[in-house]
Amino acid sequence: MEKFTRHDGIAAPLLRASIDTDAIIPSREMKLVSRQGLGAGLFAGWRYLAQDSRDPNPEFVLNKPEYQGASILLCGPNFGCGSSREHAVWALKEFGIRAIIAPGFGSIFANNCVRNGLLPLVLEADTIARIADWVALSPRDNRVLIDLPARHVQAGGQQYSFQIEEGASRMLVEGLDAIALTLTRWDYIEAFHEQRRQSRPWLY
Amino acid sequence: MTSTLFEKLWNEHLVEVQDDGTDLIYIDRVFLHERTGSIALSGLQAEAYPVFCPEQVFCCMDHIVDTYPDRGDDTTMPSGRDFIVATREYTHAAGITLFDLDDSRQGIVHVVSPEQGIVQPGMTLVCPDSHTCTQGAMGALAWGIGSSEAEHALVTKTLRVKRPRSMRIRFEGTLSPAVTAKDVILHLIATHGADGGAGYAVEFAGAAVTALDMEARMTLCNMAVEFSAFTGLIAPDRKTVEYLRGRPYAPVGDLWQQATRYWETLRSDPGAGFDRELVVDCSELEPQVTWGTSPQHAIGVSGRVPPVELADAVESAGRKRALAYMALNAGDAIAGTPIDAAFIGSCTNSRISDLRLAAAVLRGRRVAPGLRAICVPGSMQVKAQAEAEGLDRVFTEAGFEWRSSGCSMCFFAGGEHFAYRERVISTTNRNFESRQGPETRSHLASPAMVAASAVRGCITDPREFLQAPSDTAGATEMMEPG
Repeated sequence: MEKFTRHDGIAAPLLRASIDTDAIIPSREMKLVSRQGLGAGLFAGWRYLAQDSRDPNPEFVLNKPEYQGASILLCGPNFGCGSSREHAVWALKEFGIRAIIAPGFGSIFANNCVRNGLLPLVLEADTIARIADWVALSPRDNRVLIDLPARHVQAGGQQYSFQIEEGASRMLVEGLDAIALTLTRWDYIEAFHEQRRQSRPWLY
Repeated sequence: MTSTLFEKLWNEHLVEVQDDGTDLIYIDRVFLHERTGSIALSGLQAEAYPVFCPEQVFCCMDHIVDTYPDRGDDTTMPSGRDFIVATREYTHAAGITLFDLDDSRQGIVHVVSPEQGIVQPGMTLVCPDSHTCTQGAMGALAWGIGSSEAEHALVTKTLRVKRPRSMRIRFEGTLSPAVTAKDVILHLIATHGADGGAGYAVEFAGAAVTALDMEARMTLCNMAVEFSAFTGLIAPDRKTVEYLRGRPYAPVGDLWQQATRYWETLRSDPGAGFDRELVVDCSELEPQVTWGTSPQHAIGVSGRVPPVELADAVESAGRKRALAYMALNAGDAIAGTPIDAAFIGSCTNSRISDLRLAAAVLRGRRVAPGLRAICVPGSMQVKAQAEAEGLDRVFTEAGFEWRSSGCSMCFFAGGEHFAYRERVISTTNRNFESRQGPETRSHLASPAMVAASAVRGCITDPREFLQAPSDTAGATEMMEPG
């Protein structure tokens, strides 16, 4: 999995509350039994002028010239709520997004991010609004720096600390494969399985 | 030492505390569907990982399949066939039980699992589907995951999970006739916000919950994810045990005795501490309906669309946007809003009790002229039961389309959908932008309100129908705890 340590990039504001995974990748854009080919469908309902077209909506932030190449999103609370579709994360990654800064995330979405090298970063809404204001002055120059091992964000001459669960941080920083990691504990799992077979026999 | 129900379930499945602060949790059952399960299984095949205990993994065809009576592998959704065929091949190769299109048990995952007795109290169950929390109504710890975590669960029979905090919500009082579990959960989300449960495993308790039948409890837990909870759950009681008795996958004989003795211990001990507790009085609650584009945008049916100006700028902007999308104005009475279509179905409200309730409203009546009305039973077993009771005729004589089972138009995947900007009243769980079709305007409500609104052609208080003298008996029967 792609590691996430330090990253600096253009940050695009999308400061709406409860942006759901249907909005991030509409169901109609999930056409293949695949993790690929989803970037073009990212935010399709907002990004294009019409349902069946790929004509960019000039009003949508990611279509504005000054936000081209954005790799960080600045968002409102409860980002990624709704459907469990991991396609939302795959679409964001394919588009080039590496981190999302929001006051809170849908929990399935946040887990999906961590499994795919995308950082869900929690800051307070006021802080995010302040960063967005500074970025908006000159988005291409006012880049946001995220240092995950150091647990801080740098923007506008300020440094903002953040917290993240140790498990999620380690997964991202080291680019771990969760299945391989867990399989190192196989003896314990197998022993638990056998013991449960004895204690709760109706389950087997 | 006292424990909450959640703590008991968590500790029962705790294999090992990891050095990174997560817990390795043993998973008893995995459910898949053709939409996201196909991708998880394709990932495993690519990595050449085997499925551990495939006999404890189940798969439904529900998300992409058509619901027309003569349906096959070809779908109205472009490329849907690829998902269906891939799922069939992968599950067959892995030895996973598949409830396929031609199976009399086919249906929506969260309807089929309880109906077959697969989910049981005390289990952990995961599925790459956010509404897996529905199954917490059985006293199981059931939650939604992504495809990558599904792969992890399939290979290792565990998940690495950060333990959520615990919340108990006690719904007290007696629900009025025609007020349902759907109204209770919409009211909760409207009161405490679509992220009100973030970070919590939520136990639903209290007199109003105890009085609900099992299917209504499933409706309640179904929308825990719309509250952003890790999951919802309800302690098993006699209703739970009676619901499970005799179901195909329920234990029998001595194992049934052992299981029920264990299930009796699955409740929060008196005095057990929760990280947060809420009490909601339901005695005055009226039928709820949404006006906006988030489940938290719900109000009582006699209410008016609320003002948009709030202290929180992001929230105000969200409300303005929602009203523009929905073509409504602050201050509008929600009742009387004309609708184009009505939909009864989804993992929220498609079980036999939901169909009986809607039928009690529709019996002897017709939907409004020009209105499109569709009923999609949650499983083929629900469909068969409804037909045995003659409910299909009530629906079709009222002007509803009567479909085979699936997720159908709960969401728009490129196939069948409601028309551009159509206004739909729906028993589903999400009123997100374009959820049910291109720029469709969805209003979430109970089966009773959807049926009543279909008849009038506008958003309608179902109490006007269920409290009429000719319907009183039927309605009362429906509303009694089962």
